[in-house]
Amino acid sequence: MVDLSVNLGGIRLDNPIIPASGTYGFGYEFSELYDINILGSISLKGTTKEPRFGNPLPRIAECREGMINSVGLQNPGVEKVISEEIPKLRQCFNKKAIANVGGFSLDEYTYNCEKLGEVPEIGIIEVNISCPNVHAGGMSFGTDAKNAAEVTRRVKAVTNKPVFIKLSPNVTDIVEIAKACEDAGADGLTLINTLMGMKIDLKTRKPVIFNKKGGFSGPAIFPVAIRMIYDVYEAVKIPIMGVGGVATAENVIEMMLAGATAVQVGAANLTEPYVCKNIIEELPALCEKYKIEKLSDIIGGAH
Amino acid sequence: MKQSLFDIVSNKKIARDIYEMVLYGDTSDLVRPGQFINIKLDGLFLRRPISVCDYDDKTITIIYKVVGEGTEKMSKMDGGKLDILTGLGNGFDIEKSGDKPLLIGGGVGVPPMFNLCRKLIENGKDVTVIMGFMSQEDVFYKTEFEKLGAKVYVTTNDGTEGIKGFVTDAMKEIEAYTYFYTCGPEPMLKGVYDASKTSGELSFEARMGCGFGACMGCSCETKYGNKRICKDGPVLKKEEIIW
Repeated sequence: MVDLSVNLGGIRLDNPIIPASGTYGFGYEFSELYDINILGSISLKGTTKEPRFGNPLPRIAECREGMINSVGLQNPGVEKVISEEIPKLRQCFNKKAIANVGGFSLDEYTYNCEKLGEVPEIGIIEVNISCPNVHAGGMSFGTDAKNAAEVTRRVKAVTNKPVFIKLSPNVTDIVEIAKACEDAGADGLTLINTLMGMKIDLKTRKPVIFNKKGGFSGPAIFPVAIRMIYDVYEAVKIPIMGVGGVATAENVIEMMLAGATAVQVGAANLTEPYVCKNIIEELPALCEKYKIEKLSDIIGGAH
Repeated sequence: MKQSLFDIVSNKKIARDIYEMVLYGDTSDLVRPGQFINIKLDGLFLRRPISVCDYDDKTITIIYKVVGEGTEKMSKMDGGKLDILTGLGNGFDIEKSGDKPLLIGGGVGVPPMFNLCRKLIENGKDVTVIMGFMSQEDVFYKTEFEKLGAKVYVTTNDGTEGIKGFVTDAMKEIEAYTYFYTCGPEPMLKGVYDASKTSGELSFEARMGCGFGACMGCSCETKYGNKRICKDGPVLKKEEIIW
């Protein structure tokens, strides 16, 4: 019997599989498809203080082995997430979830983290300082080491829950920012968010996406994620939630070898709604194939 | 929603760039006319959402227009299997129709009217259908609708068949109807909305990510809050639409 469990920031997960924020809503809709209690955890839809519709349509474009989105953090706002969405999730999910927090200012990040940190169903706070689809705030906090550290410090001061900072790949040196977050007290890191991308329609000669640019995700970015996780793992001691292009159980093992303690599955949920279930079911046999008795033993094994 | 494999029973051209494909498999998740399916195609990342034209307990008929890489691939298929998500979207509410419903389809907005028409006629309704196309060579399914027992008006923009003009020109000839159902390009939907004299339901198209409500790629604002075209739609009530 292969042991799939991992310890993420002091929380024991039955397995390392976590649907990534923005690809799984607030979880309960996938419970119509399968028992979502099989998951390690769920990273919930990015939450801001005020309700947001997000960006104008079209906000989806298809690319080779991936897609561009410019949804722009559509969400009902932190109050409704706590009063309506999380109670719906509670009906079908009995494990701790991960709150994904967006923001446009230091005060907003702090406010949202404090509120969501008080919710008993939330085990980890994931702070998104890397959304490419909002003009103010969002990624601008994630592309500068000083700003990233400041967000981390402020958020850590208002919650006792483990804080993971979700980093942008759209930077010159992700390691510098990762270290700044660790030094500022982050309990862990999530990487990578989407890569900035663009698609132009040959017939209209215009960008497909209304906002012109968006976040590129899907299997095409997997090697980029592996490289960045590998580099950051070398430089920090705190755990990493790996994310970026994961679509198979093999991808999960590769990402853990690079240095991920847990692995988020993102865009694949949108094209293969059963992908997380399939990966969890395939992992034991794959571990046997690669002679892995305890999955957590392989974390960072490629170093 | 259900994910399963379907056999391609037939796939034939029925008008300019328009194909009819019949699929055999588990249709148990289709419960209302106006729902859609989402088809996985080799080499393409996103699935292709296509409206259901007709269905029974074993088969689904879809009609699609070749507009890009995905539908081009589909048009060349000759047998084989397809990985499909079925039972997507809310569909039309046939209980609201009244005795004399009016169905208005434009181009590839015509197919979802077909199963709706069948169900309404089975329920004893007096159904009138307006089908709008660009030109005669684009027209399809006129006789199929007539065989169901509907009164059919065809409009073409260039006047090569039926009434010259838009579906709204044909609407002027319909004296009385109790409710309307429509699907087509957005400018047509707006025209129908403005010309309509009763309540009704409008089915929208959108560029979708997942097709089942997870990604928020196809959200729209309505008088009753944000809705996802794929999950809370594609059918919206006339009274909730904000143009």
